[in-house]
Order: sequence, then C-alpha cells, then structure tokens
Amino acid sequence: MDSVMITALVFATLRGATPLIFAALGGLFSERSGVVQIALEGMMLIGALAAAVTALETGSPWLGFFAAGMCGALAASLFAFFTLQLKSDQIITGTALNILALGIAPFVTKAFYNSSGSTPSLDITSRFSYEPVVLAGLATIAVAYIYHQTRSGLWLQFAGEEPEALLASGVSVQKTRWSFVMLTGMMAGFGGASLSLFLASNYSPNMTAGRGFMALAALIFGRWKPIPAVGACLLFAFVDSLQVHLQGNSLGLPMQFIQVLPYLVTIVVLAGFFGKSRAPKALGKHVRES
Amino acid sequence: MRAFIGLVVGLTVAMSLCLFAGENPFYVFTVMVRSAFGTSYDFGLTLFYTTSLIFTGLAVAIAFHGGLFNIGAEGQLTVATITAAVLPLMFPGLQGFAAVALMVSGALLAGFIWGFIPGWLRAKRDSHEVIVTMMMNFIAAGIASYLALEHFRNENSQNPETSPVPDAFRFASWDPIQKMFPDALVNFSIVIALLLCVVVWIFLNKTRWGFELKASGQNPQAAQFAGISSKKWQILAMALGGFFAAFVAINEVAGSAGKFRLGFSADYGFVGIAVALMARNHPLGIPLTAFLFGALQKGASDLDLETEAITRDFARVIQGVLIFSIAGFSLFDSEAFLRRIILPKRKVS
Repeated sequence: MDSVMITALVFATLRGATPLIFAALGGLFSERSGVVQIALEGMMLIGALAAAVTALETGSPWLGFFAAGMCGALAASLFAFFTLQLKSDQIITGTALNILALGIAPFVTKAFYNSSGSTPSLDITSRFSYEPVVLAGLATIAVAYIYHQTRSGLWLQFAGEEPEALLASGVSVQKTRWSFVMLTGMMAGFGGASLSLFLASNYSPNMTAGRGFMALAALIFGRWKPIPAVGACLLFAFVDSLQVHLQGNSLGLPMQFIQVLPYLVTIVVLAGFFGKSRAPKALGKHVRES
Repeated sequence: MRAFIGLVVGLTVAMSLCLFAGENPFYVFTVMVRSAFGTSYDFGLTLFYTTSLIFTGLAVAIAFHGGLFNIGAEGQLTVATITAAVLPLMFPGLQGFAAVALMVSGALLAGFIWGFIPGWLRAKRDSHEVIVTMMMNFIAAGIASYLALEHFRNENSQNPETSPVPDAFRFASWDPIQKMFPDALVNFSIVIALLLCVVVWIFLNKTRWGFELKASGQNPQAAQFAGISSKKWQILAMALGGFFAAFVAINEVAGSAGKFRLGFSADYGFVGIAVALMARNHPLGIPLTAFLFGALQKGASDLDLETEAITRDFARVIQGVLIFSIAGFSLFDSEAFLRRIILPKRKVS
C-alpha cells in the first residue's frame, strides 16, 4: 500500500461514514430518550428523496439538505404519534415506517419525473463536494456537547434511564421523548441527504442499502455514547471502502462475497465479540403521566 | 375486531392517498379488485402469492410467540430457494421420493440454519435480532446471486436465473391444484401451507413444547424459574421461523418456476410481518390475512398499466399504512371510545 492509496482510503472512509454518522447520532437521541428506533432506514430514505427532489427543483444543495431534515422530522412525528400517543409497539411501527418509505418514494418520483423509482441525475452545481463531511464533524461535536454538558442532555439521559425521576423533577417524559424523536428524524434525514447529494448524484430505490440498521448497530457498539458511536461509524465505513477497493483489485474472491463484507462485520461487531454494551434501562418502556 | 378497525381505517387512509396523485380512489380500488379476482388466471395468481405469504406469516408469527421479531424471513426464504434450485442440479439423476426428499430437506435445513444464527446470537450474545436478521438478508442475497450467476446460471436465458431443475423435482405431472388453474402458478404448496397452519396451531396450543415456547416469549424470567430453558426456546423460535419461511422454496421451485430467479420474491418476507400482525399471530388467522395481502399484491400489479400516476409499489404504501394502523389500534379500546363519543352528554346531566 503506497501513500496515495492510503490517502484515498481515508477520504473514502470519511465520505462513506457521513450518512452513518448523521443517522447514528439521530438514533442516539431516540434510543437514549427511551424509544427503540429501527426506522432510521426509512427516515434516511425519505431524507434522500426529499433532498434530491428539492435540489433538482431549486438547484441548491443547501435547500435540499434542509428539506431532507424537515421531511425526516415529519416522518419522525408520524412515528412519535403512533409510539408515544397511541403507545403502539415501537419495533412494529418502525418497520411500518420503513416499508411506507419504500412505497412513498416511487409515488413521488412518478408524480415529479414520470419515473418508477429514481430521480434524474443532479448536475455538479446542485450537489455537495465535501460539505457534508464537515457538517457531520460539527454535528458530532454538537451532539457530544449537548449530551454531556447541557441540561437537555441530562433530561435526555434521564428519560431513558430513570423516567420516573425525571417526571418527579417536574419535566414531562412525553415531551422530552417527542422532541428528541423529532431530532432523530431530522438527523436521519440529513444522513439521507448526504447519500443522494454527496455519495451519489440522484435518488435511486432503496439506496440506503441497510445503512439505517448499520447506524443502529454502530450506536449499540458505541455503547449509546456520541463519540464512540461515531468511531464505530468510521469503522463500518472503513470496511465498506476497503470492500470497494478490493472489488477493484481482484484477489480471486467473488465480487458478491466482498460486497457482503460490511454486513458480516456488522453482525460480528454486534455479537459483542469486542465487548458488551448496556442499553438505556427504560428503553421501550412507557411511562404514565397523570 | 380491533384488527378489523385497523384494516378499515388503514385502507381508507391509503386509498385517499390516491387523491394526491390525482387518481380517483374508487377507480383505483376497482382496478385492484378486478386484477386480483377478475379471471380464474388472476385468482390463481392471487392464491400463488397467498401461499408464500402464509409461510412467511407463520415465520414471523412463531418468532413473535417466542418473544422475537423476525424481519429476516426474506433472507431465510432466499437461502432456502437457492438451495432447492441448486441441489437438483448437483444430483440430476435422482428419481421419485429421493429427489423430492433431498430438495425439500435441503431447503428447509438452509432456512432453519438462517433462523438459528440470529436466534443463537440473541440468546447467547444479546445481539439485537432485528439488526442481525436484516444484515443476514443482505448476506443471503449475496450468496444467492453468487451461486445463481457464477455457477448454475441458465445459459439459455437472458434473465439472471439458474438452469431449470429436472422434472422429477417438480409437482407439475401430478399436481391436482395446477390442473384446476392452468398457467396460473398456484400449486399443491397451498395445501401444504394450510396443513402447516393447522400443525402450528396444534403445536402452539396442544403440546408442551408450544406452551414452553410461548411462556419463554411472554416472560423469559418466569419461564426460567419454572424450569423452562427460555434461551433454548428463543433460539428455536427463530430457527422455526426460518424453517417455515423456507417452505416458500417449495412453492417457487417444486411448485411453479422450477428455478431460482433473482428478485423472484415479491417481498414475501416483509409482507409476512403485516400478515402475522393482522392475524394477531394466530396460525389459523394467517391464511385469511395472507389471502388479503396476496390479493393486494396481485391487485397492485396492474396499476402500472391501468392508471396514469400510480405504480405497483402502491402495494407497499398500503402495506405500510396498514401495519401502522393495525399497530396503532392494537391497544385501542373501542368500547371506551364509543362511550366517550356517544355518552358524554348523559354523564353531564
């Protein structure tokens, strides 16, 4: 490996980690507040679509990025309404959102571009060249600060660990969870936007390819803490860029086996072969407020 | 009853989404009904989808009874189907019972293993089964595409698929159901599917094993105290899920296509979640809900041609909305709601 290749790998890792970082930090908000979040995949997909459509229509990637955050939050509010107000099962509702996202996307592309799945390609001016990487870095610092240093961060942790104590101190667990689940949607939407505006140059069906679940795995591997979770995202992205690199230099391994490498690594990591992690105590538990 | 309210509300919401696309919901609905039940060919296809959905519905339901969420039925049926398609090509000379036995047992074993792994990881390593099964779906797709394209590819076809299996491995010659619906793909597997539902019902409700599985699912600690190994049942519930999903291979390879086609599954694994939920995981309710979603699948297939703005993916929208509303209404107290709506004035006076 020469230095050019190593530099290339580092950049590929940073690029690939961007959507994962946004999604994992988003997932942290939700899971830390006590709401199981397996709908990151669907929210990312909605974000990716909203970003591509907005950037195509306005020519501005920044508006696309913003729209992705808004649409992600909108999807999250649907999720929050069902899980927090109607108290429906969080995993099942998350699955419903994932399936719904897959179905809504062709609906939109058909209406806008008369295509049954993808949007047309974005030209270079309505795409990002490096900005999402910087934003992901800033988001990491911001979330770590909020989580460790602020009052909201304390509420967030208490909502997931000791919701009764939070309630007793006069803070509504419901409202805390609602706010953080909305933030989850926004962040996952940003993650989706970095897919369609940065890693790729349009929206294509199911372009998340399991990244929402990988982000969740990274969050768990990072023990539900901001910096370690981002570290896990970088690890997954490194494996993925290695995978792409290996496809180029054939080692005699079939392409399909190299492609599944990131999924395999996710399972191995999740299986805790590198240490155990503990979920927030009240994860998935409802609290009666009266 | 609650599932029914969920169904009605969900369908209404989903159909009114058609308005956004500028289509008349009633027209879309009639297109779907006609496409699902219009001719005996249409009906036969609806039943074909129903068959696979019964299997995946059972795959999700049995895991739910064991307290686990199986969103891996898609991967489980994929490894089973590629196994069923490849084994006959490796042993093409087999005849009669041996042929069927080899193919079926191979496929079911593959599904069982694909369910066993996430079950084991959940029980022993506390890994979230939702993430593991999702990742295993992608791995299954990779393995299947490798085998189908690199080793057993059908050279006589433009499509990415394996070579067809010999006739000894197929139902066609004697299948009574296929004779009733010529060309419509529905086959003897539907009888197997219905029988399997009864067997699962007996297993869950009339046997000690079923009781232990359900006890482990409802309260693992209590089950442990009662001397039931709840970890063992967690693993088995997931493995059985994979086992049931694997029956899709019989419907696909022995019953209809006779080969593995890339992308053959109409998301059976994911729709199976809706099937199981709506049936409240009751094995005898699953054929009914599978029929509903089978009709939805077939019904949506003509939307591309018959409408301007709606594609077959609309089936996914309806599925998503339905799962939402069924999950939302699962805790919905209809009596209390009616009392609040109808009687509030009396309470005041």
